[in-house]
Formats: sequence, structure tokens, C-alpha cells
Amino acid sequence: MPAPRSLFDKVWDSHVIVARDEGPSLIYIDRDMIHEGSFHAFADLRRRGLAVRRPRQVFGTADHYAPTGGRRIADARTPEVGDVIRRFDDNMRWSGVRHFGLDDPRQGIVHVIGPELGITQPGLTIVCSDSHTSTQGALGALAFGVGQSENALVMATQALWQAKPKTLRITVEGRLGAGVTAKDLILAIIAKIGAGGAGGHAIEYAGPVIRAMSIEERLTVCNMSIEAAARCGMVAPDDTTFEYLHGRPFAPAGQQWEQALAYWRTLPGDDGAAFDREVAIDASAIEPMVTWGTSPEDAMPIGGAVPDPATLPDAQRRAAAEQALAYMGLRPGQPLEGLAIDRVFIGSCTNSRIEDLRAAAAVLDGRRAQVPVMIVPGSTAVKRQAEAEGLDRVFRAAGAEWLESGCSMCVAMNGDTVAPGERCASTSNRNFVGRQGPGARTHLMSPAMAAAAAVTGRLTDLRRLATGGRA
Amino acid sequence: MTPFVRETAIAAPLPGINTDTDQIIPARFMKRDRSEGYGRYLFHDLRFDAEGGKRPEFVLNRPEFRDARILVAGRNFGCGSSRESAVYALADFGIRAVLAPGFGDIFHANALKNGLLPVALPEDLVEALRERLAAGPAREVTVDLEAQRVTLPDGSRHGFTIDAFWRDCLLQGVDELGMTLGYLPQIEEFERRALRERPWTDMGSE
Repeated sequence: MPAPRSLFDKVWDSHVIVARDEGPSLIYIDRDMIHEGSFHAFADLRRRGLAVRRPRQVFGTADHYAPTGGRRIADARTPEVGDVIRRFDDNMRWSGVRHFGLDDPRQGIVHVIGPELGITQPGLTIVCSDSHTSTQGALGALAFGVGQSENALVMATQALWQAKPKTLRITVEGRLGAGVTAKDLILAIIAKIGAGGAGGHAIEYAGPVIRAMSIEERLTVCNMSIEAAARCGMVAPDDTTFEYLHGRPFAPAGQQWEQALAYWRTLPGDDGAAFDREVAIDASAIEPMVTWGTSPEDAMPIGGAVPDPATLPDAQRRAAAEQALAYMGLRPGQPLEGLAIDRVFIGSCTNSRIEDLRAAAAVLDGRRAQVPVMIVPGSTAVKRQAEAEGLDRVFRAAGAEWLESGCSMCVAMNGDTVAPGERCASTSNRNFVGRQGPGARTHLMSPAMAAAAAVTGRLTDLRRLATGGRA
Repeated sequence: MTPFVRETAIAAPLPGINTDTDQIIPARFMKRDRSEGYGRYLFHDLRFDAEGGKRPEFVLNRPEFRDARILVAGRNFGCGSSRESAVYALADFGIRAVLAPGFGDIFHANALKNGLLPVALPEDLVEALRERLAAGPAREVTVDLEAQRVTLPDGSRHGFTIDAFWRDCLLQGVDELGMTLGYLPQIEEFERRALRERPWTDMGSE
């Protein structure tokens, strides 16, 4: 009898073109998703006189440099930013790749539109020159980030040299409490295993808490796998996945839907499949989380206090924490709750989908923001849906800016930045030094927690607000 | 790709752990063509203050490390964003090898495509080396890819492992894309079979 295989094993095995006993194998890549940063890869192809080998397997969208103030290149904050978008449009025309440009109703953050358009499917291998490609594993795809050299290689050959990663299963038992979200779960996981904790591993998220999650929640969990250094994050496809995909524009239809569905049902791991590592998480013990430092592993419950670096177990972490506290303008022992903030950003491939916006709107409804708030939907379709539900009116009434979709202030490439020294409550994925702009101080949290921070002007336990406020 | 065989050079100890690619090159410097050179952006906000002046305390601004071509860094170096510009910046600045206890996955892959050698060494060895390099005066390190060995300023030698496939690519300066084009017959054969078994994955060829 063949050995039981995990979800990862099955997807990997079905894509090996040339197997080698050690080191990298040549694997087939079903989909490449590209954005404006791909100009390096196109320069490489043009220099070599190569074309995109199968342009219909490649999908392009403008997100990293997309202006959030309007949908024309002229809306870009600087001419240089506009030039990057213009060059992308040129490369899309040159290559024949499907192109969701600024004014296309299908435009959006690449990891938001992949699932939304049904481009992301169970059992596919997907790459994108963006580290948060791990997001797309939420539908049972093997999806990971690559650089521009590998992007060029995939566009030219549809293949990639990859060493097979080890496997790590994270089983989440119990139940998430009221006000505790997928974002809090993944921050708690990273705090537990560390920013390098899943290095060299493909993560599979399993257990009843993951099973009970919507696709959007699973996308949030898988999104931040890379913040624990994982190669990718995956969730076994189930009826939730299939119902989500059915009828989406690039999902299979008719006879092919039935054929795909039969195949997708074979993908979940076999009983007894072996993992190189196992981690168990008790969801019931998790509280709303915020970060205090400059690595996503620096996360703790909102009721916690800034740690004293002297109490940390190793010298390297002590030194890093001292640096982080100096950068963040925090003192050891300072309570996180009540810390005054300067602005709020709600958006990014982590938390910009419709469920995220509904969660933020539920908190903002009937309240006023005390600090500037930017709300950037993950895609143009999410924006339209939010408007159809009247969420935009809630946001505007609360004093928030309601903007066009893109990566915006998560990565600060389009010129949407946090000013030096400003403290930002952000639903994004990285609190790195200077990530949201030089000198920016980022605290990561869920959309509901960011909205709570907006209405009090301080880091706030959302659960306290819910009992004290009108919600 | 520039081949890497062996390199003897001053090694600079970069402080910290989890040095992310946003530190190596901030996102606002990634709009230009590679041909313009990315070296000036390397560690930009660590090397320069807000007015563009050099921060004298930053390791690569210190006179004793001006000629460094090897970097010694803490665990999880190059984590975060997939930006290959981080590798462009290191390579264009003249860095040939980074020694660290471990690397971000995508950074590691990007380095291999650009002739920048990532050398994984035990953490205690890296920490002792960072201290020794900071103290000086001996600061020369040899990284020998052919022998898979580093020689430290105290003369001690330590082996390291690297997959034979990537080692050969680096030693010979193999162009990975050009080499992979040689596999097109296998890729086409695989594709025909895979698309027959999973026809819904085919998005058409128009």
C-alpha cells in the first residue's frame, strides 16, 4: 500500500517534472500572478529575445503602486510612481498577459483578486513575485512568493527549480472567543513559534477552528505564514472552499466543474500522513492581539504590557527588543492598552476583504474617529460591494477616508506613508522598521481592533468598547 | 551570473536579528532599472540620516569596514518581502557572501540567482565571529565555495553545506533560465499529460 500523503505531498508530487534525489526538483507552475514590480523580469525576457511562453496562465494586476486617490495614472503621487504603472501597462500589452489595470473592475491586490476571480484553486501551483502569495494556499493551492529572476523563469518556461520543503502541521483546537479573529490567531501563532519558526517548512493549518472558518478568514491566516518564515501556508479544500469557488469568473464551469470537484475531493491529506513537525494551538486561550515591536513575532494580548528586554531568554532577542523599544518610543512595563495613536490604516492583502470591512464598520457605526483613518479596500469589486452594503456611508460618517483599492500604506510604495515618529494602528502584516515610511511606528492588529483604536485614539480592547458603546 | 569560487575579504558584522528586506532596501527605492545600479540604496535608512548624511556608527560607514565584501548577520537574514532588489543592492554594493545562522527563503533563492553566496553557519559561531570582527584588528575572512569551507580571522576553518545543484551553478556562473530552456522537451511532455488529467487548469492559448 502506498504511504499516506499530506495535502502538500499530493500537490507537490503532481507537479514534479524532473525529480532529483537531493536538492531542487523541476516543478510545473500552473499560474503566475504579476504586478508592477515585474519590470525587472520583463527586461530580462526582452534582453534575451524571449516571449511569455503561455500568457493565458499569467495574470497581471496593478496594486503595489496603485494610487488610492483615483483611478488614473495622473492620480499617482509622483510622476515616478506613475511611470512604474505605465511601464507595467506596456509590458502587459507586449506580452499578451491578461491585465487588470487601474480602471479595470477586476483590479485589486493580487492575493485578493486571485481567490475573488477564481484564479486561485485547490491543487494548483501558483507563484507571484510577492512574499504574501502564501495567502492563496487558503484554498488548498501550493502558492509561494518568488523573486524577479524566478518570475522571468516561470514566464519563459512555466517551471521552477524548488527544493522540497519540510512539512509543519498547526492544529487549532478549541474556539475563538468573542472579538477574537483570524488575525489574532495568526499573530498568536507567530508569537509562539517565532519570526523564523517555520523556516524551510510548508505549513498546513488544520483542526476544528480552521474548518469552521470562512475562506476569507483562512486567507488571513495563510497570508502571514511568511511572517513565520514558512515557504507557504495551506488549508485542505472542503465544501466551504467549493461553495466559495463555484461560479467565479475563472473557476471551472459545467462538465469541467464536476471533473475538478472530483479531483479536489482527493486532495485533503490521508489519515496517518506524516509531518516533519506538529504544533498545537488552543484557540480558546487567544485574546485580541497587538504588536509592540518591529517584528511580527513581537505580538501579545491587548491586556499585556511592553516586555522588559532584560527578561528575554537570549542575548540576541534582548538586543533586538531594546532596539525595537527605542524605535517604537516605548518603555518596558508600559501597558499597551491606552497607548495614544496618530492614525489608522485598514487594508492590505491580510485584511481588506468584505468581511474585514464589515467588522470595521460594525465598530465605527455611529461613532467618530479621533485620528485620521484610511480605509483601502482590497479590490475594486470589494469596494463596489462595500458601497452596495452602505459601509462607505458608515466610514465617511465616522470621519474615515474611503479610498480606491491597492497595497497602499502596507508597503508605502505608492506614496501613502505614515510620517516619521507617527504611531499607526494597522491591519497590515509587517511592523518592520520603516515599512510604512521612514520612522513610522506600526502596531499590527485586526480590523475590529484598528477601528476601536480609531474611535478612542488609543490602543483599545475592542471587547471593552463593545460593552461600553452602542454596539 | 558572476561565478563564485572563493573570496577573501574584510567581513563586516551587521548587528541584529531578523534583518528584513525592507531594511536592506526601503520600498521607495525600487522604481529604477537595475542597469542604473542599486548599491547606493543598500541599507539606505541605516547608512544615511534624514538629511542624507552618513550615520558614522553604521558598520559599513566605519573606516575599518569600508572595503568589506562579506557580511556577517544574525538569524533569519533577508526575511520579509520577496524583493530581489535586496540582493541587487548587496551585489551592486560589492558584497559577495553573507554569513548567517539562517536566511529568509525567498532571499536565499534570489541570492543564488545573482552570484551572492548565502552561507549558513551555526549561531554560536556567527555570534563569536561578529564579536571578533567588531573588536578587530584581524577582520579578513575567506569563503571557499569549492571546498565548502570558511576560514575565520583566527585561522579556524569551518565547513558549510550547500546543495550540489546550486553549488555547481555558482561555481560555473550558470545562467539558470538559459539552462532550464534546455528542459523544454520534458516540460512540454509533462504539460500535455497534466492538461489531459486536469483540463480545467488550462486557461487557453489564444
